[in-house]
Formats: sequence, C-alpha cells, structure tokens
Amino acid sequence: MASIAGKKSALTWAVHISVALLVLLWLFPTIGLFVSSFRTADQISSSGWWASLFPAEQNEVYRAADPDDNRVADGDMFVVKGNIFEGDPRDIRSWGVSSRNVSAYQPGETAEMKDGESVTLQADGSYVWRGNDKQLSGRGQRIFITATVPPEFTLGNYTTILFSGSGQDNMAKAFFNTLTVTIPATIIPIVVAAFAAYALAWMEFPGRALLIAAVVGFLVVPLQLALIPLLRLHLGIGIGKGYLGVWLAHTAFGMPLAVYLLRNYMVGLPRDIIENAKVDGATDFQIFTRIILPLSFPALASFAIFQFLWTWNDLLVAKVFLIDATGSTTVMTNQIVELLGTRGGNWEILATAAFVSIAVPLAVFFAMQRYLVRGLLAGSVK
Amino acid sequence: MFSNNSALYGLTVIVIGVGGCLGYFFLSNLFLDKVLFPASGPNAGRNINRANMIRPWLFLFPALFALVVYLAYPVFETLRLSFTDRDQGGAFVGLANYRQMMDEPKFWEAVQNNMLWLIVVPAISTAFGLLVAQLTDRIRWGNLAKSLIFMPMAISFVGASVIFKLIYDTRPEEQNQIGILNAIWLKLDGGIGSILMLQVLPSILLIGFVVIVASVAWSFVRGIIAKGEDKSVWLLPLRLLVAGGALWLIWVSISSLLGLWIGGLPYGEAQTWLTIPLWNNFFLMVVLIWIQTGFAMVILSAALRGIPEETVEAAIIDGANPFQIFFKIKVPQIMGTIVVVWTTITLTVLKVFDIVFAMTNGQWETQVLANYMYDKLFRANDWGIGSASAIVIMLLVTPILVWNVYNARKEMK
Repeated sequence: MASIAGKKSALTWAVHISVALLVLLWLFPTIGLFVSSFRTADQISSSGWWASLFPAEQNEVYRAADPDDNRVADGDMFVVKGNIFEGDPRDIRSWGVSSRNVSAYQPGETAEMKDGESVTLQADGSYVWRGNDKQLSGRGQRIFITATVPPEFTLGNYTTILFSGSGQDNMAKAFFNTLTVTIPATIIPIVVAAFAAYALAWMEFPGRALLIAAVVGFLVVPLQLALIPLLRLHLGIGIGKGYLGVWLAHTAFGMPLAVYLLRNYMVGLPRDIIENAKVDGATDFQIFTRIILPLSFPALASFAIFQFLWTWNDLLVAKVFLIDATGSTTVMTNQIVELLGTRGGNWEILATAAFVSIAVPLAVFFAMQRYLVRGLLAGSVK
Repeated sequence: MFSNNSALYGLTVIVIGVGGCLGYFFLSNLFLDKVLFPASGPNAGRNINRANMIRPWLFLFPALFALVVYLAYPVFETLRLSFTDRDQGGAFVGLANYRQMMDEPKFWEAVQNNMLWLIVVPAISTAFGLLVAQLTDRIRWGNLAKSLIFMPMAISFVGASVIFKLIYDTRPEEQNQIGILNAIWLKLDGGIGSILMLQVLPSILLIGFVVIVASVAWSFVRGIIAKGEDKSVWLLPLRLLVAGGALWLIWVSISSLLGLWIGGLPYGEAQTWLTIPLWNNFFLMVVLIWIQTGFAMVILSAALRGIPEETVEAAIIDGANPFQIFFKIKVPQIMGTIVVVWTTITLTVLKVFDIVFAMTNGQWETQVLANYMYDKLFRANDWGIGSASAIVIMLLVTPILVWNVYNARKEMK
C-alpha cells in the first residue's frame, strides 16, 4: 500500500506544479500589459517589463552647466562645478565622457581628456570640470552615466489616456461612446427576446418547432454575410451610420443566442406554476411579467453578460455600422487599432489604452463569472 | 441635439427602447383582448380562441422581425449581390465575381490560412481545455486556476492583439529587447539545449501530426477501395476532399520540417516574428488559442463532473492507471461534448477578423477569409467579390449549421 500511496502523492505534486505553470503561462501576457501601462516611455523602451520588477541598470546622458555662465578662474585654468542630478539622484555604477565608452570610470575617478582637460564625478552626482579658456566654452561637457534605478511606476499614462491627452491619445470620448453603444445594445435585445422565448416555450401555435430550428440555424450564420446588405439597407432608409444603426445591428445579431438561451431556460420552469396562474385568470402578459421574468433571472443575467462582453469587445460591427468618416463616434477597440497603426512603438500609450478597454469587461467577468459559466453551458448547442 | 452628449442620448434610447418594447407588448395585448376580440358579448368563447391564436405572434413579432431583416434577408441578398457588379450599376454578371476571386492569389492564401486555422486552433484549444479541466478537477485551488485561465474570454480580440504584439515586439539589434519572445530567443545560442527545444521537439510533434493526419485520411480513403464499405455516391467527394486536404497538410508539414533542418536557425538575431511567412500564422493563432482554451475548459470541466463515479471506481478496482482512466474511461464518455466544443471553436475561427486585422492586416501571407472580405468591401469597394467571399464563409459554416439544426430537432422529439 505504501508504494501506491507514495506514487499517488508524486502524481498529485506533478498535477499541482503543471497547473501552476499553465496558470502562469496564461497570466503572463496580461500581466505584461498591466505592468507596462505603469511605466514611462523611457522605461519601456530601455528594458523588458519583467525587468522592471527588479532594480535596473539604465544609461543616461547629462550635460555639465553652461561654461560661459558658470566657469570660475582657478589659476590659469577654469573650473565648472555642479551636480548633474538636479534634485533627482541616481545610484551611479559607472560613467564616461564619450559615447563610445559610456562606462569608462567609476564614481570618484577623474577622466583625463586631451590637453589637460578633466572631469571628476562623485557618487552623489557632483562634478568638477577643469580646462583652459578654449575648452570651457560653448556647450557643457556631456557626461554619460550607468545608474541602477529602483523599480518605479507611474500613473502618468492613465492621466494622459483618460484626461490630459490630446487627439488620438485621449480615450475618454471613445470610452463613453463604447458605453453608449453597449448599454442599449445589451438591454433591448433582452426585452425583445424574453417575449419571443416565452412564446416559443409556453404557447401553442403551428410552426413552433420550425421556428425553434430556425433560431438554432441563425445561431451560426456568420456576421460577414449581413454586412453589405444591411449597410445598403441602412443607407437606403436613411439611418446611415450612427448609434441607431449599431444598436439595431447588435440587437438583431444577439437575438438568436438570446432566444435560444432564454427559451431553453423557460421550458424548464415548472408547468404547475404557469397552469395555476392561468386557472386563476392571469393573462399571458401577466404570467410573463409577474412569474416568468423574475424566475428567469439567471438566464437573463447569463445572456446580459454575453451580450455586454460581445458588444463592448466588438470591432467589426462598430466599424461597419457606426464609425463614419469624421470618426467622432469611434469606440475603444477601433481607437486602439488606429493607435497600433500610428503609434506602434509607443507602448506606454498602447498598453494603457488597451488596459482601459479591458478593465471593464474584466471587472464584469470576475463579478459575474457564475452566470457566464452557466450561460456557456446552456448555450453550446448539444 | 444629442450629438454632443452621447451618454444622455444612450440613456434616452434605453428608456424609449425598453419602454417602447414593454408598451408594444402591453398595448398590443390590450388591443387584442379588448378591441379586436373582446372576451365578452355574444362571441366571447370564439373570440378568446382567436385571440389566443394571434397572441404568440404578437409576442414573437419584434424578435422575428429582427431575425428576418438582419439575418435571413442578408443571406439571400448577399448571395444575389455576389452575382452582380457594382461598377455596372448592379448588373447580373453570373459567376464573374467568383472567377475573378479564384484568380487572385490573395484569395487562395486566405483559404489556405483559414484551413490551417481551422485545424490548429480548435485542436489545440480543445486539447489544452481538456488537459486543464482534468488537472484542476481534483485540486483544492482548481476553481481559482480555472477562473484565471478562463479570464482571457473577457478580453477583446483587439486587446489580446495588443497584449501579444508586446510579446512579439522587436527592437533594433543594439537595444534591449522588450518583447519576451525575442528576449528568450536571444538567450538561445544554438547549443544542445536549443537544438533539442527548437529542432528535435518540433520535429517529433510534426511527425506525430503527419502520422495522425495520414491515418485519418487513410480511414477515409480506404472506403473507396475496400469491400463491404458504404459506397454511396455522396460519400466519394467527401472522401476525396479529405484525402486532398490531408495530402496538402502532410506536404506543408514535411516542407516545414525540412526547412527546420536544412535552413538552420538564425540564432542571435532578433526576429520580427509577424513577418516570417507560414510561422506568423501560428503566432496569430496563439492569440485565439489563448482566448478559447478557457471556453473549452469550462464546458469540458462540467462534462467531466457529469461522468458517473461508478465507471471510474470500477476502472480503479480493475487496476487501471490514471492515464488509462482518463483516455479509456473518461474521454469516450464526454466525446459528445468534445465535438460540441470543437465545432463551437470552429465557428469562432471561421469568423476571426479582429486579430488578423489588428496585428498584420493580412500582410506577410497571413490573410484569412473574414479579413479578405473586409478588405474587398471597404478598401477595394468591391461589393461583388466581397459578397462572393462572404458566401464562401457561409458555405464553410453550412455543414455545422445543418448538423446543429438536425441535433436540436432530434433532441426536441
């Protein structure tokens, strides 16, 4: 028995470790984006985000003070003294005076240059630059340092994205546009689908089975087919591109799943309740609003989450039915794609913008995960 | 007047929309019961029956209207548009659009890539989902692990594209690499570890893949030659199709296998991952796999929970090891669910647009059908070819559609 028990615990350990590895692997990309959104542009481009969690070596370049204004005579030479860090000290590892050898000297050493010119840099950043009249003129001597900087994070990117940024960098408008698209496009299909689902679940009429089969078929019709005819239709009847068009489109595209989920749920409600209510003289409308709707809350919540995630994260429908040439109704996904094109290298903007758009669905996800799982289980056609 | 305050506009619409819906349902029912067929007077009984015949359609009308106008009509209209030419004022041009599309190398590139996506993404997502579902089934923090792996489901394809672009980022040679993939790549030096990881391991995987594809294809093709098999006419094209697809897949695998060993790997150079043909498709697929694994896991996890304990216990008593229990007892019992997960992910793959659009926009041979269609529609402004490519997507979806409807009807009976 002992050997079997031992084997089992080894296997359990293997399971724990492999699950931990998988979870880490799955989290790693998102964490990368999250961490990057709290770093400045310089930090992002000088090191990988994983390095930002530890103190990092960073190369920086400073310039000694303007010699024409600050030099003092010292015998037949001149001297400029000062501190390269103006109130923002660094931990200097090494330094240099030429871009070809940026770490030639240790703090406290003196760099001897041509014809008696020299620079001494202390660990605290104070320097002494000595040279003759000709050498100490024009612009200040460049000083390259390699410093270790502690992990440092900033909320500056979020301020830029949400409040102070200009033009494309400001997501505030797109954020509200996305909300404007999402909320009606989530609520209206629920109301419409709930009535239809009730009819398909509890009312007798010819053609019911056929309709249910049609709904199942519509579940898988690709959106791509609807784009051209509907855009023509919208332009033809004067809706054009705008919120109304995108609400209608989202309402209709969400309809098959809504009807399917809600009908499957309502069919499972106990028949007695409904028949008792009918005997007591309740109309179908009353049964629906007073009994069915409250009882169907879990299914309604499931669909609401689906539709919310889908409309919030959507790019294609918004691009086709909403965003016109002026771009004033742009949504966040679209703005991020545009940022990817124009500011592909500015990760501080991109990461923050992406995280702002991801944050809301993630919050909804973690708050209402139970309903999402329930909806998924009911919604995948068996 | 609302244009400068879209939030207020939205709020108004919610009130009007929801109020309008409820008002419609309430008033139309009222109208039916009180005015059209009042449940009183001489014909009360007949009126109640008539009202009850009409009422379902009142309840159904808005939903049906949406389904017909926004989903049914477009299918036929797209089909019609695919036979017309916009430049000739919408004149009927027969199959000219399809012919022109077939002549475009970009279309065939999209079809090929879509085939790769269709095989790789559902397979790997389902496999990973099953693996995680099984591993987390019995451990105490399993639910936490599952919800973390499930999390990418909430992230938009666009957001995920940004996340993975950061991973694939490339910096010039002299700078620090900030993309993790290049950072790891530069740590590899062509030593024995690298060869094992990047040449031997992928080769084994590829050879395994070729063997699986070949055996699946053989089981289909054998029917043509073997005696006693179903030789009905409609099976023949299916068999030839599978055989052709399998030959193509085997060819792709073997040529990339040879490339792996002959070309040698460019160690020590930062790579622009998204511009390497063929491989960049896989880098894009990773994004979708990352998102869809959580979905597969949730469904399969519920299915695993639903397996009767007795079957597993009986297997343990018979001395089966954990792997045998998993592959011989559990997997066969949830095969139906695996098929459902597979087809659902297949549908997602067929419609994948955002990821390709945001990451490469179909450049460097990464085009897929959905993005090709968008390209034709809104960049080339060619409704004819755009519709034709949409119809191709619809044709690919149709088998799943038929299968789903068939199953749903069977279940209802």
